[in-house]
Amino acid sequence: MSTQKLKEIIKQVLPDVETVICWQEGYDKLNVTPIFITSPEQVDQVVWNPLCAQNLASYLPSQKKKVAVAVKGCDSRTIVQYMQEGLIDRNNVVIIGIPCKGTVSKKKVQKAIGNEPVEEVIFTNDSIKVKTPSGEKTLALADVCPTKCTSCQFPTPIVYDQLTGDAIKSDKPPESVYADVAELEGKTLEERKAYFASQFDKCIRCYACRNACPMCVCQDSCIAETRDPHWITQRNSLDEKVMFHMIHALHLAGRCVECGECERVCPMEIPVAKLKKKINKEMKDLFDYTPGVNPEDKPPMYTFNVDEAKIKEHKL
Amino acid sequence: MADKGYLPKEKIKEFVEALGKDAAVYAPCLEGDTIIFRQYTPDKEISLDRPANTPPKGAIYPQCETLLSFEFKKDAATPQKMDVELKANTDFPKAVVFGGRPCDAKGFTVIDRVFVNTDTADPYYKKRRENTTIVTKCCNAPYAGCFCVGVGGGPASREGSDVVMTEVDGGYYLEAVTEKGKAVMSLSMIQDGSSYEAKAKQANEKATGAVRNPFPADARVSPELFDSGDFWGRVVDKCVSCGACTFLCPTCYCFNITDEQAITTGERIRSWDSCMFQHFTLETSGHNPRPAKYKRFRNRVGHKFSYYPEKYDGAIACTGCGRCIRYCPVSVDISEIVGYLKDPKADPKQWAADKKDAKN
Repeated sequence: MSTQKLKEIIKQVLPDVETVICWQEGYDKLNVTPIFITSPEQVDQVVWNPLCAQNLASYLPSQKKKVAVAVKGCDSRTIVQYMQEGLIDRNNVVIIGIPCKGTVSKKKVQKAIGNEPVEEVIFTNDSIKVKTPSGEKTLALADVCPTKCTSCQFPTPIVYDQLTGDAIKSDKPPESVYADVAELEGKTLEERKAYFASQFDKCIRCYACRNACPMCVCQDSCIAETRDPHWITQRNSLDEKVMFHMIHALHLAGRCVECGECERVCPMEIPVAKLKKKINKEMKDLFDYTPGVNPEDKPPMYTFNVDEAKIKEHKL
Repeated sequence: MADKGYLPKEKIKEFVEALGKDAAVYAPCLEGDTIIFRQYTPDKEISLDRPANTPPKGAIYPQCETLLSFEFKKDAATPQKMDVELKANTDFPKAVVFGGRPCDAKGFTVIDRVFVNTDTADPYYKKRRENTTIVTKCCNAPYAGCFCVGVGGGPASREGSDVVMTEVDGGYYLEAVTEKGKAVMSLSMIQDGSSYEAKAKQANEKATGAVRNPFPADARVSPELFDSGDFWGRVVDKCVSCGACTFLCPTCYCFNITDEQAITTGERIRSWDSCMFQHFTLETSGHNPRPAKYKRFRNRVGHKFSYYPEKYDGAIACTGCGRCIRYCPVSVDISEIVGYLKDPKADPKQWAADKKDAKN
């Protein structure tokens, strides 16, 4: 139903914008891919289903003209953060909000079906049925959703111009957001070090996590590749990989909107979002700040208060 | 030595350890949910269940390797003079690439034409290549994104392999393709394979029939469409310019050279580069001949499907392994793009940028 509504809205806003950014079916039934709509006949290709996990808001800062973009609740935090940081002109963006009950992790589905080619995918209210050459399998959406959906606080976009359906309220407790980080914190320093070493050892420095990250604003001037100054070598040793990921995480302190794109796109299946979430949790504890929620906020690292309530060192 | 053999599944570990007696064995190892080619040690778990996330390219052409090390030296007696001492190593141990797929093995043949079969062979790659035996597992079925038959390969193609193994009845039917491969067949755990030959052939034919071919037969890349900026702009709108496609590619061989120096000593290293990065063609002057994303993407497709074939007798620099499709953050499908280019009815006008205005 909301797919039909989405298409109607796109047709309605298309004359006023250069492009509408949405999703369409990808190279197989388990994949969707972005579509940049410039003509009404493309609208029929639009899809909306739990496979639409990609955060399309990431494309906004690179758009030169007025565009419309389809966003889920989680994606809308990207737009809010862009507004806070002055990275987009809100007047140049038409936000088509989609209330979302949760997305699907393609990797989790593939694992559950033994990586077979997918012939058909059918969604019901709370499950996904996948047909493969060897039969079909029904998976509960709750079992194959990305980690972020298990603790979603914003199923309905925070900012939007049009909404494709009725707003949904989160039924997940706020304390569940950092449950995975708390689990990590329960481990000893040595255990954590070993965990991250084994994960980042898989990194191939393809920078998919960086380039898919909506808040990685340095992009082509990234410290990981600069030659002058030569901060990081081009070696592929664990030290260099960890260094890159630490820099990525630190640059996102109090800015990471937890869209999970870094983790979704990693071809080596590294849980890259974990470090960022850990730092976000620290920021939340220190500054009581949640990124990408209120357009009027200022990210804590963009401000300097001598009297920070929770930083004792400043009160010497 | 026999050219044909059979290896029961339960003897895989034993086989790999025997291969490793006098060589470093690179095998697809399971780490979490990821399958990566690693130098095999008994604590690792080999997985042949699906193609690895990474190709085995790095076993012969490492992501990063030291070309030479250098040290600046000063003699106290003549302080105005600085000497530099260089050391280079091209002596590599014997190696085996075990459990790659036919597309992976064929990838090495693409790199060979550039790094070995030339007047100025690359000593590092060449030596490693000579020292490496490639034992390939044929695919039972295609995986998401695979299109090997569209680029002249197949799930049982032998190109680039020394031994090919086909899964049959609780084990693998092995066939030696080269003299190097025959040496492998003499290992003690290899049993007589003659009775499995027909079954293996059947399995391979079935697998070959199941792979999609996205391109029309004998189709050529349309030069008009290839030159259309509008076409490229539209098909790569969504690309995020990361290097996943190139770093996971079994044929991409472009590299960067950097000096990693600490005061008086250092190393000159060669590391994989990606044509999708903005810095790839950035010149010292500051000029960048491919400043736009679509130009970089066009070069990647052009290199694989046009420039390389022109130079090397029609050989395509893509083996259809499907990794660039499977692992692309935004599901860019190179086979779809090349399909448009090879469409006999390809018409740049269909992709014109002013389409919206024309239709409204």
